[in-house]
Amino acid sequence: MMERRLWREASFDLTSKIVRINWLYVLLLCSLAGVGYVALYSAAGGAAEPYAGRHAVRFCIGLIMMLAIALIDIRLIQRLSWVAYAVGVALLIAVMRMGHVGKGAQRWIEIGGLQMQPSELMKIALVLALASWFHRASWERMGNPLFLIPPIIAVLVPVGLILKEPNLGTAVITAIVGAAVFFAAGVRWWKFLLVALPVPFAAKFAYEHLRDYQRARIDTFMHPESDPLGAGYNILQSKIALGSGGMWGKGFLQGTQGHLDFLPEKQTDFIFTMIGEEFGWVGAIAVMGLLASIVIGGMLIALRCRHQFGRLVALGISFNFFMYVLVNIAMVMGAIPVGGVPLPMVSHGGSAMLTVMLGFGVLMSVHVHRDAEFESRSDDR
Amino acid sequence: MRRETNRTGVFTRRALLMMGGQVAVLGGLAARLYQVQVVEGGRYATLANENRISARMIAPPRGRILDRFGTPVAGSRINWRALLISEKATNVKATLDAFSRIVPLTEYERARIDREMHKRRHFIPVMVREFLSWQDMAAIEVNAPDLPGILVDVGTTRIYPYGEHLAHVVGYVAPPNEADVSSDPLLALPGLRIGRAGMEKYHDLALRGRPGAVQLEVNAVGRVIRELDRQEGVQGDDVGLTIDAGLQQSVVTMLGDESASAVVMDCRNGEVLAMATNPGFDPTVFNSGVSQAQWGEWTRDRRTPLINKATSGLYAPGSTFKMAVALAALESKAVGPNDRIDCPGYLDLGDTRFHCWRKGGHGGLDMRAGIKNSCDVYFYEAARRTGIDKVAAMSNRLGLGMELELDLPGQRAGLIPTREWRMAQGKAWNIGDTIVSGIGQGYIQVTPLQLATYTARIASGRMVQPHLTRSLGGVLQPGSLPEDWPTLDLPDKALHAIREGMWAVVNEAGGTAPLSKLPDPKVQMAGKTGSAQVRRVSREMRESGTFDSSKLPWEYRPHALFVCFAPYDAPRYAVAVVIEHGNAGAAAAAPLAKDIMIETLLRDPANRSEPPAAKLARAKP
Repeated sequence: MMERRLWREASFDLTSKIVRINWLYVLLLCSLAGVGYVALYSAAGGAAEPYAGRHAVRFCIGLIMMLAIALIDIRLIQRLSWVAYAVGVALLIAVMRMGHVGKGAQRWIEIGGLQMQPSELMKIALVLALASWFHRASWERMGNPLFLIPPIIAVLVPVGLILKEPNLGTAVITAIVGAAVFFAAGVRWWKFLLVALPVPFAAKFAYEHLRDYQRARIDTFMHPESDPLGAGYNILQSKIALGSGGMWGKGFLQGTQGHLDFLPEKQTDFIFTMIGEEFGWVGAIAVMGLLASIVIGGMLIALRCRHQFGRLVALGISFNFFMYVLVNIAMVMGAIPVGGVPLPMVSHGGSAMLTVMLGFGVLMSVHVHRDAEFESRSDDR
Repeated sequence: MRRETNRTGVFTRRALLMMGGQVAVLGGLAARLYQVQVVEGGRYATLANENRISARMIAPPRGRILDRFGTPVAGSRINWRALLISEKATNVKATLDAFSRIVPLTEYERARIDREMHKRRHFIPVMVREFLSWQDMAAIEVNAPDLPGILVDVGTTRIYPYGEHLAHVVGYVAPPNEADVSSDPLLALPGLRIGRAGMEKYHDLALRGRPGAVQLEVNAVGRVIRELDRQEGVQGDDVGLTIDAGLQQSVVTMLGDESASAVVMDCRNGEVLAMATNPGFDPTVFNSGVSQAQWGEWTRDRRTPLINKATSGLYAPGSTFKMAVALAALESKAVGPNDRIDCPGYLDLGDTRFHCWRKGGHGGLDMRAGIKNSCDVYFYEAARRTGIDKVAAMSNRLGLGMELELDLPGQRAGLIPTREWRMAQGKAWNIGDTIVSGIGQGYIQVTPLQLATYTARIASGRMVQPHLTRSLGGVLQPGSLPEDWPTLDLPDKALHAIREGMWAVVNEAGGTAPLSKLPDPKVQMAGKTGSAQVRRVSREMRESGTFDSSKLPWEYRPHALFVCFAPYDAPRYAVAVVIEHGNAGAAAAAPLAKDIMIETLLRDPANRSEPPAAKLARAKP
């Protein structure tokens, strides 16, 4: 009965929902996609094809999808979160059985002509599932270690499956995003330490069981000179391109390193290098500022939300976006091993863009339904 | 509600903490970016604009191919060449025009350079010209300022010390085509060659090795300022053959001008010690592309120099097939070793008369005498009693008419007909077909290598498979021990009866190859002659009495065949010789096989660790 009443609440009719959308945030996302268009236009040597035009089309599709998701009631999303989790795990298993093998790993699956990486969807589904779990939790139950075991398993299952693909980078990011939700839910500091302590040993064990190409990446990172034509070459060329951009950059379409093919993968992983070369440190900082405001904006949405589920979801999704940005930018500067993580909404590539927009759709739904009242099944009341 | 506030409070505190962390991390990245772009920017800018780092792969040296004693039969030699990096040339056409004034380029070469330049990324060098003389190279170096984008470097080219004597076994290398390049980027390197035939093809991946890389600092016109880092590639593995190059050379020389093939095999383990095909060709020609004139000459030559006759020449085995018929008859108990079959000089079947080679016939013969005299009527009858399917099964077991497990590309299977095969053609099997199959004629086709394998199996009683690879990267490959091969599973008595017949062919008065008796009575040879008609002999020709196959035009003369093994009491070597259109096996092939066997026994490659000449050379000083 109560539920029915909530559905018809005056504040949740369509018009007021549209008004409640955070349009400033949408504007930020459009600006970021615009940056992507400009950079991809340059990456193609001053042409809309083959990258920039398609990028714009994808963004428009993504934007419509995002706005549609924003209007879905957050309580419905909450009830479907474990379903989403189950679908994510099923897709991960499917990709293992019949996925495409690219660069030595099975990551891609094709659904209706669209290639996608289930691991990207999984991260959002995991955030939803964890938020749903902690949403119910009372402060007392949070203190009970047994209560934490199911969500830990919920993190480990997808992380294990992604490791098996094998995709070390995404597995680590997934684990970190999961940990962020745990942290925000109020799990005690010392419990994190307890989990973090065995990590170095696990890392040593994992290193010994890595695939050759993964080990090569780490080795290359430790000793870049050992593989002059491989990953070390990419990083070196990326640094040269960035450095030659200087403070103010060489100007739009004037970058030489990218255009002379010195810079590999300039339209995907190394798109930020392209920006740094043509628009200099100032331009790169402006883009980083835009990225940061999207991250912070997401966190603010989390803070303004009045229910725990929405808070955790918004925080998890923003944190996931932050991890993308961090890994990609750190990679092109040679600060962490190359991991094939694109710069979200800027790099060329359809599936990553759509998954990121899907996440922002959920984030926006949190914002639209920030004052929603949940059924009083929660132990808190 | 208080608890709810408690939970919210924790969330707010921690979320703010995380936001602070995120801002700090992004700030750190921004600072690091400032370091890379602005503080160190000048240095990188110089690297980018004036001295660019250019990384190139270096082709690894191709592995060698060695004979069984380690003598190289395929190796590499230094090769000066001029390359063009199109992105370093301001005007490619002008550079190539200037180059043409020093070293003339043909239209054909210009077209090839254009094509390769368009297909490859423009910092990958494209070959302009290789095998440059010292003078040309010096001229290019002197004129370097007029030739932006051109660089001279040293590569390697393939050489074959035994040239045409071993061409069919070793094969050759040739420039890779576009399909090859897309399968392995290493092949895009200028001057890299890919194995196209023979062992070069079969072991191509092992021979290829792993590429190295060199980082060069180059200036704006592509001149190398200095080398920053160099990592040598890993040389391809050496492939050790079972071939004795010295023996191979002698055998080819003995074949003379004939269009012929000879195989020498170790009976006990199937190692091929010599596989000679005459005439040969010069394998180095393929390295730089075959001229049209050369190609025309090869295709017009009716002795087919490009075809490896030992593995893909198909011949009717003629009388050399009779041992297979005899073994099939013995195993199926259709004919016992002492059963006598009468030969009146012909066999009548309905209104067809099948002749024996000896007019007037041989009279009554047992199996030993049947083989010794190579009596056709005996084997017509033996085949008729045994049936074609059992003969075919035995032939296959002995290695005839089927693909062998040979490590050399391009072998042909040949054919031993069966009823089923004939039915698949939509025709019924004729008893007459069985009869002519009894003397190795009709539909039967085998290769010289199959004949050698067949002889080796009869001599050793083991299912040896012929093979050419003895070691790979210095590691001995399995198959070099007799125990590596299963037995034929035939009774010793049967094999013995056959071997004895073959012994009588060579060593007894009245045998068909008395000239092939070895000079040393302690080492005896057993063998079997064969001549395979390539055209049916008509009754008129036979009855006119003037039939003499040596007066026929060359391409209508019968092929001459001989198979043998020695020493008779402890079989070690098997030899098969096929001389195309060589007339009678006894006259043409048997003496040659004897010479080959003597040479093999003298060199005794299976019992030595180094070639006999090496010992002589060491003994001299």
